[in-house]
Amino acid sequence: MSEQAVAIPRKKVQSASFLQSTFARILRYTLIRGVTLFITVIIGVYLTVLVANMGGYVDQIRKGDIRETITIQVMNNPALRNLGPDAKRQLIEEKIRLEEHRLGLDQPFLIRSFRFLENALTLRLGFAQFMNSNSGSRQVKLILLERLPATLLLFGIADIFLFFLSLFLALILSRQYGSFWDRLFVVLSPTSSAPGWFYGIFLILIFAGWLRILPFGDLVDAPAPQSRLLYALSVGKHLILPIMALTVSSIFLSVYSWRTFFLIYSSEDYVELAKAKGLSGRAIERRYILRPTLPTIVTNFLLTVISLWTGAPIFETVFNWPGLGRALYQAVGLFDVPVIVGSTVIFAYLLAITVFLLDIIYAILDPRVRVGA
Amino acid sequence: MQTVKDALREIRRYPSAIAGLLIVLMLVVLSIYVVIAIPYREAITLWRGGEGTWRSLPRTVPPAWINTFRSQKLPETIDLDSRKGAAERQEAPLGEGKSVTLLYTFDYQADDFPREINIFFETSYKERAPFASITWYTPDGREIAIADLALQAGSTSYRFAQDDKLLRRIRRQVGDVPPEVGLFVAPNPPENPRPLKGTYRVKIQATAFDPETQIDAELVVYGKVHGIAGTDHLRRDLKIALLWGAPVALAFGLLAAAGTTITTMIIAAIGVWFSGVVDNLIQRITEIVLMLPLLPILIMVGTFYSRSIWVILGVTILLSIFGSGIKTYRAVFMQIRESPYVEAAQAYGASDWRIIFRYLVPRIVPMLIPNLVTLIPSYVFLEASLAVLGLGDPQLPTWGKVIQDAVANGAPYKALYYWVLEPSALLMITGLGFAMLGFSLDRIFNPRLREM
Repeated sequence: MSEQAVAIPRKKVQSASFLQSTFARILRYTLIRGVTLFITVIIGVYLTVLVANMGGYVDQIRKGDIRETITIQVMNNPALRNLGPDAKRQLIEEKIRLEEHRLGLDQPFLIRSFRFLENALTLRLGFAQFMNSNSGSRQVKLILLERLPATLLLFGIADIFLFFLSLFLALILSRQYGSFWDRLFVVLSPTSSAPGWFYGIFLILIFAGWLRILPFGDLVDAPAPQSRLLYALSVGKHLILPIMALTVSSIFLSVYSWRTFFLIYSSEDYVELAKAKGLSGRAIERRYILRPTLPTIVTNFLLTVISLWTGAPIFETVFNWPGLGRALYQAVGLFDVPVIVGSTVIFAYLLAITVFLLDIIYAILDPRVRVGA
Repeated sequence: MQTVKDALREIRRYPSAIAGLLIVLMLVVLSIYVVIAIPYREAITLWRGGEGTWRSLPRTVPPAWINTFRSQKLPETIDLDSRKGAAERQEAPLGEGKSVTLLYTFDYQADDFPREINIFFETSYKERAPFASITWYTPDGREIAIADLALQAGSTSYRFAQDDKLLRRIRRQVGDVPPEVGLFVAPNPPENPRPLKGTYRVKIQATAFDPETQIDAELVVYGKVHGIAGTDHLRRDLKIALLWGAPVALAFGLLAAAGTTITTMIIAAIGVWFSGVVDNLIQRITEIVLMLPLLPILIMVGTFYSRSIWVILGVTILLSIFGSGIKTYRAVFMQIRESPYVEAAQAYGASDWRIIFRYLVPRIVPMLIPNLVTLIPSYVFLEASLAVLGLGDPQLPTWGKVIQDAVANGAPYKALYYWVLEPSALLMITGLGFAMLGFSLDRIFNPRLREM
């Protein structure tokens, strides 16, 4: 069915039709992937709500909170001072009932869970119990969105850096199969079993604690420089160690497996034929090896990126990086339930967006990709 | 059996496999030893013991073996307890009561000063509390009066550094230095003083007012190194946590890896065999699970329900059942499904489940074992990650919790490197051991990779 939609007479304008069909294919693929991923996010967030609310734990906290606020309100209200203790108690109970009804706490869990889901999906994440945004707001959404840029900056740069460095090194190593460097990367590939924060601690010990040439952590120097350029430079200086840690923790395995993909593809018959035709090594690499390997590599890279994302809470904590992950860590320490749930939701969104972006890249790279295939 | 033998013969050709296997074996032996030598309950009581259990150990000091690499030797703790016969005791009747003399003698040969000096008294009496005076004798024959105090019933601690009178006396007699330095140098010490080496003596002269009075005292001259692992901020011997970390890490890693790989494989087999709706459903669930933020969800579980390591283990397995491994296994099962022997099994009327468990699953075991071994380190590190986030098991001492204590107490900033490096090194060795073994097993069991 989908084939017919883009079936344009081939002979007339081949390049144009090719572009068009590619575009239509990618667009359709993107749309369908987007919808599936959104459904995935809904399910993921619903699971989050279920976990957060299993056993009514969150409800209890909220109910306790309501009871306390209303009791204090009534007790401190000068207008109600002359009321008898029984009447006061009755008033308090009535107000609590109303407030719980207003918040939907008296409804069955199934209905409430869908209301939570709707709120979470639209990022109405409620108010934090203890944490503040820098502007002083208690809104979870503001607290988290304020920290998003720092996280995106760190992980965005690290991911891009990691991708191109790994690709570059893997290509070089595949050319010198069996050399010292090649074997070194094979031997070192098991080191990737340790996560980034683990190497982070070592790097902090060496470069910040012992050599004292790089900062221990945080986003910028304190006090932050006034001029834009100096500010950017300072951020750059603070980025070095975290990016180094993320790189060290995953580069050896990536390079090892990618160079293996390259080697597998370079033993294909058509590569031999290209060599026999006398094509230059660079052209063979680009057209006959890199091109067919890229989809595999993108999938592989996707898993790396997901594992990096997942590790963000602890990684940012170790580097004292003022991002989302650290917000989650602080919220755990303060037992700030809305912030914990909120950041889990945002992480689910971030993961989905990452997968979505890489899926589009995948579709562009691999002409065989068909929806549902 | 034959395949196992072949595999073992193959392993011998890979140095990294041998190294990995050795590390794993050592860890297993260590774990068994630890669990027998320090039973679970005892380890927890020791680790949760607090000040009372650990009062005779110094705070945050590195392990003793660092002295091997130093020309200036750091002191080790000198712990002299009169109950263990470490003091010369003399008792003589005196009026209605008696006089008790406890004389402690120790040889001090280190190149640095002790960290602190305390005396812990244990006293029991009838009516009036006995009096004690403490005197310090240096190797060069000087005599310094430390303190006079009444010994209350039960335990009394006398901390040298907290006695203002003693501080003033030392300033007068020796110079402006704290007691743990002043008592170990000649008067008017230079800028960077060195301790006098030789035999020191401490005399506790007590006067009791009834003959039944019991006086015991423990003199502790705290060193700047301790044991094979050093101590933490609560004076606890890190050895216990480091030793107990091994069985915990192994158990968590093995159980989680085995639990996830085996269930994942069975689910992949079921999906491939039944195909159609089941397969589709499994694939969709896999896609969803792949995108669930595992660590934040574990953090939620840890915060809201239970921090017990076993609950976390269960949730981890649950969330990883539909993990990314399913796709890999699926591809292999698709090939196996087409093999003639499966067709033959179908022809003689084998049931679906029989085919799955007797014909499909066994074929994939060679692929499963390396995967399982390679996965272990990631779960070991997952446990450590949660512990570093402060969500470790509330009772058990683990490597991750030691790192967390260290980081929370500013070990990297205070140059207390041993505190971070010891648990990290153990984590790294464990991770590398399993990873090296797994990678080599992968090459042995899947020969197609070997050429690369």
